[in-house]
Amino acid sequence: MKPQVITLHINGRTHNIALSPNLTLLTVLRDLGYTDVKCGCEKGDCGACAILLNGVAVNSCLVLAWQADEGEIITAAGLGTIENPHPLQTAFSDAGAIQCGYCTPGMIISAKSLLDQKPHPTEAEIRDAISGNLCRCTGYAQIVQAIQSAAEKMADGGEG
Amino acid sequence: MKYQVKPLPPVDLPVLRTVGKPLRKVDAMGKAVGATVYAGDFSMPQMLLGKVFRSKHSSAHITRLDVSKARALTGVACVITGFDVPNARLVSDMPGQTGQKQRTGSDVPVLASQQVRFYGEPIALVAAETQEILDKALSLIEIDYEPLPGVYDPQEAIKPGAPVVTPPDNIVARWKIRKGNLESGFEQADLIVENTFRLPYQEHAYLEPEAGVAWMDERNVITIRVSTQVIEHFRTIARAVGVPQNKIHIQGTMVGGGFGGKEDITLEIYLALLAKHTGRPVRMVYTREESFLAHSKRHPYVIKHRTGVKKNGLITASKVEMISDSGAYPYLSPYVLLYTTVMAPGPYRIDNVHVDALSVATNNPFTSAFRGFGGPQACFAYEQQMDDIARQLHLDPLEVRKVNYLRTGDCTATGQGIESAAWLEETATRAMAALGEQRPDHGPVKIGQGFSSYFQSYGRITWLHDTSQSWVGLELDSTVTVRAGVPDLGAGQANSLCQIAAEALGVPLERVTIYSTDSALTPLSGTSTATRQLYMSGNATLMAANTVRKVLLSRASKYFEEEIEALDIADGKAFIKNDPSQTLDLVDLAKMCASEGIHLSNLALFKAPFTDPINPETGQGQVWPDFTFGSFAVEVAVDTETGEVTILKAAACHDIGRAINWASAEGQIIGGGMQGLGYSLMENMVVKEGVIQTPSLSEYLIPTSMDYPDIQAIILESGTGVGPYGAKGIGEPSLTPAAPAVASAIANAIGVSIHEIPITPEKVLAALDQSNKL
Repeated sequence: MKPQVITLHINGRTHNIALSPNLTLLTVLRDLGYTDVKCGCEKGDCGACAILLNGVAVNSCLVLAWQADEGEIITAAGLGTIENPHPLQTAFSDAGAIQCGYCTPGMIISAKSLLDQKPHPTEAEIRDAISGNLCRCTGYAQIVQAIQSAAEKMADGGEG
Repeated sequence: MKYQVKPLPPVDLPVLRTVGKPLRKVDAMGKAVGATVYAGDFSMPQMLLGKVFRSKHSSAHITRLDVSKARALTGVACVITGFDVPNARLVSDMPGQTGQKQRTGSDVPVLASQQVRFYGEPIALVAAETQEILDKALSLIEIDYEPLPGVYDPQEAIKPGAPVVTPPDNIVARWKIRKGNLESGFEQADLIVENTFRLPYQEHAYLEPEAGVAWMDERNVITIRVSTQVIEHFRTIARAVGVPQNKIHIQGTMVGGGFGGKEDITLEIYLALLAKHTGRPVRMVYTREESFLAHSKRHPYVIKHRTGVKKNGLITASKVEMISDSGAYPYLSPYVLLYTTVMAPGPYRIDNVHVDALSVATNNPFTSAFRGFGGPQACFAYEQQMDDIARQLHLDPLEVRKVNYLRTGDCTATGQGIESAAWLEETATRAMAALGEQRPDHGPVKIGQGFSSYFQSYGRITWLHDTSQSWVGLELDSTVTVRAGVPDLGAGQANSLCQIAAEALGVPLERVTIYSTDSALTPLSGTSTATRQLYMSGNATLMAANTVRKVLLSRASKYFEEEIEALDIADGKAFIKNDPSQTLDLVDLAKMCASEGIHLSNLALFKAPFTDPINPETGQGQVWPDFTFGSFAVEVAVDTETGEVTILKAAACHDIGRAINWASAEGQIIGGGMQGLGYSLMENMVVKEGVIQTPSLSEYLIPTSMDYPDIQAIILESGTGVGPYGAKGIGEPSLTPAAPAVASAIANAIGVSIHEIPITPEKVLAALDQSNKL
C-alpha cells in the first residue's frame, strides 16, 4: 500500500505526515523526534515505549501508526518539564526510583494511566499497573514508593 | 527471632552536611521528564543506518562470502567484510595482565572471514540510507558454510580429541591457590563434605539495547557517541581501525543499564569502521534479539568443594575445583576466573586451601563480565557447602559460620590481610532478624528461611595499577564544576562525585554540575566496572575538591585574620566556626581569588595500591584493594505439589563503609538483590549447540514488579573502607549473596538441597522425588 497522510496530535502539537502502513507508532514517534519514547524490544515485552493514546496506556511498538490516526498522544515528555514536572516525575526523582532511566518514561506513563483511573491505588494495584514495564536496575521498591507518594501529593493538591 | 543480633562496635563517623543524604540525584529529573538523550536517540545530517551481518552457525568454515549484490543495491553506502579490514582485531586482554596462560586466541577478529566460532559472530557490516534498504542488503549477502564439529560442554572440550576452538587447545586460563598443608588439614578433620554445584548463564537484559552514532570530522577524528561502561576503549578501536589514538573520540552517553554487558567493546568498533569507510555519520542500534546474540553472558560454572571440618564446624581444609565456559573467545574470562578462584573458599579463615580453576573455550555464546564478576558463582557454592556442613554436623548454619568467619586482621586464601571491618555475623543476624518470625507450613506448602554471607572485592585487581583522575573547579558565581571521564550507568556514579564535591566545597548539590564520560574532553577516570568508581573517582574528586577548599580557606583566613583550622565552608559561605555569624560569601571569596591570580581548580589523580601479580604457583599475594562484607536472608514458600517457589520476604544487610547517597545505596542493594533473585529462580537461558533458544524478554524472563517482594535494605556504616569518607563499594556485592540465600531457604523448607540454579519447579519436584526414594 502507498503512504497515506495521517494526523497525530502529540504532546499538544499536530503532525500531518505521509506514512507507509507497516510502520509502528514507536518508529514514527522516534523519527519525529519524540525520543523520550524508548525502544527496548519492539515486541511488547518491556513497556519502555509506553505512551498514552487517547488516554489509554499502550505499548507504541504494538500499535501501527495508521491505527493512531487523529489520535491524542501523550508521552512522558508531554507530562512535564524539568522546570515544571508532573508530580509523578518529581516523586520518581526524589524517591530514588530512577537508575539508568531507560524504563522511566514508560513506567511514568503506566503510573499516570493508573492514577487517572484510581487516584488512591493500593500497593497491589500499583504493582499490577507497572507489571508490563520491566526495570532491570531498581528492583521496583522505590518505583512503587514514588507512585504512592505522587498519588498522595496529587490527592492533596488536586493536580495531575 | 532466630538469632541474637550481634551488637556493632562503636563507630565514630564524622558529621557531614551533604554526603550520606538521600538527595535527588543530579541525573534524575532529566530522565523523569524524558529529556536525557541516550545513544540511540541521536540523529545527524546525512546519517546512514548500520547493521551487522552475523553467523548462522556455531562452528563452521566460511567457504564463500559474496557481498557484491548487497554492494550494488541502490542506497547501500558500504559493505565491509573481514577481507576489507584484515588487521582489525580486538585484543581482549586487560592491559598489564600477566597471570593467565598465554594463548594465541586471546584476541578477537572484528569480522570473521575464514571461520566462525559462535552463533551470531559478526561477518560483515552494512551501511545504507534507510532501514528497508539495510534489511534488503543483508538478505542479499551470499554465504556458504562448511559445518565443523563444535564443542558445547567445557568438560568435553578438555578431553583429548575434542574439537579445538582456537589452536593450540581449549584452555583459556588456569589459576591455582596453594596455601598451607591440605593433606594434614584433611587428616585433622572429623568429617569430609563433598558437593558439586552448577551455575548457569545469566543475561544482563539491560533495558537499553546497544546503540551509538559515529562520524568523521574535518580533522579525520572519528567521534563515537555510544552507550559504554569503558570510554578507554578508544585505544583498542584506534588500533583495530588503524588510526592514531588521538583520532578516536568517544563521547559516552547516559548508559541505559550496563551490569558488565557494556564493559567489552560492543558496536562502537563497527560504527568507527563504517564512519571511516563511508565518510558519513552512521547510527547503529541493536534489536533485542541481536543484543542477546552480540554481548557476553555470565559464565556457567561447575564448582566442586571438598571440605574437612571438625565436629564444632571448624574448617581444617578446603579443596575447590572449578571449570567455567568461556565460549568462543576469551574476553574477560581469565579475570572472572581469577575472581571466582580467590573468592572460592568464601569469607572464612582457612589455613589449608587448594583451588584449581580452569576456563575453557567452547562454541557457546561468549561469556565475560556480569555484576559480581565470578563472585556470585563462588558464593553459591561456598555458602551451599557451609549449609551442607551444618546439616551433616547437626549444627545451626550460623554456628558453623561463626566458627570460621573472617575477621579484621585475618588473611584470605591468597594471603591478603583484611584491613577493614569484616561484619559478617553482624550482617547475617540483622538480615535474619528482618525476616521476623517464620510463617507456619500450610498443607503441602512448606515454609523455610535461609541466609548467606559473602565477601566481594571492590576496585580493580591491584596489579593492573589502576588510576583515576578528576578535576574540580569553583566558578565566579560559586557554582562548582566537576570534570571526570566517568560513565554513568544509572547507579549514581556521576552523582556521587557531585555530592562529594558539594560536601568539600560547602555548596548545595544543585550548585554542582558534572561533565563526564568523554575520552577527549574530560580527564580519564577509568572504567565503570569492578565497583571502582566511587572508590577511585570518589577519592580523586575528594582530593581535587579538598585542594580547592584549602585554597579558599587559605584566602579566607587572611580575610578573617583567623587560622585556617578555625574556619569552615557551608551553604555557599566561609565562616568562623566559633562565630558563625561572621561569614564571607563564596562569590566574594572566589572574586578575591580571581583578582589575585589564585587558582580555583585542581586536577587530581588517585592511585589504587600497586602490587605485583600473585605467585602463579601458589596464588599468594594481594589481589584487590579491599572487600565488602554482608549477608542476605530469604523466607520462601515451596509448594511441594507443584514445585513452585514463592519468595515471601527478603532482606539484605551490607556494611558499605559510608553511604554517599543513602537512596542510591539502597537502590543498589535492592536492585542488585533483585537481579540475584532472578538468577536464583527465574532466569533460564537455554542454549542448544551454541544457539540461544530464548533470545527475547518473553522467553528469557527477568523479575517484574509482581514476582518478588521488596528487598529490605539494611545499611551498616563501619567507616572503614578505602573509598572517600570510609566508603566501600556496593554495586556488585549487592547481587552476590542472593542465590545461595534462596537455595538455603528452599532446603530449610523441604529438607533437600538443590545445588543447581535456577531452581525451577521441575528441579524442586525432581529433588523431592529423589529424596522420597532414599
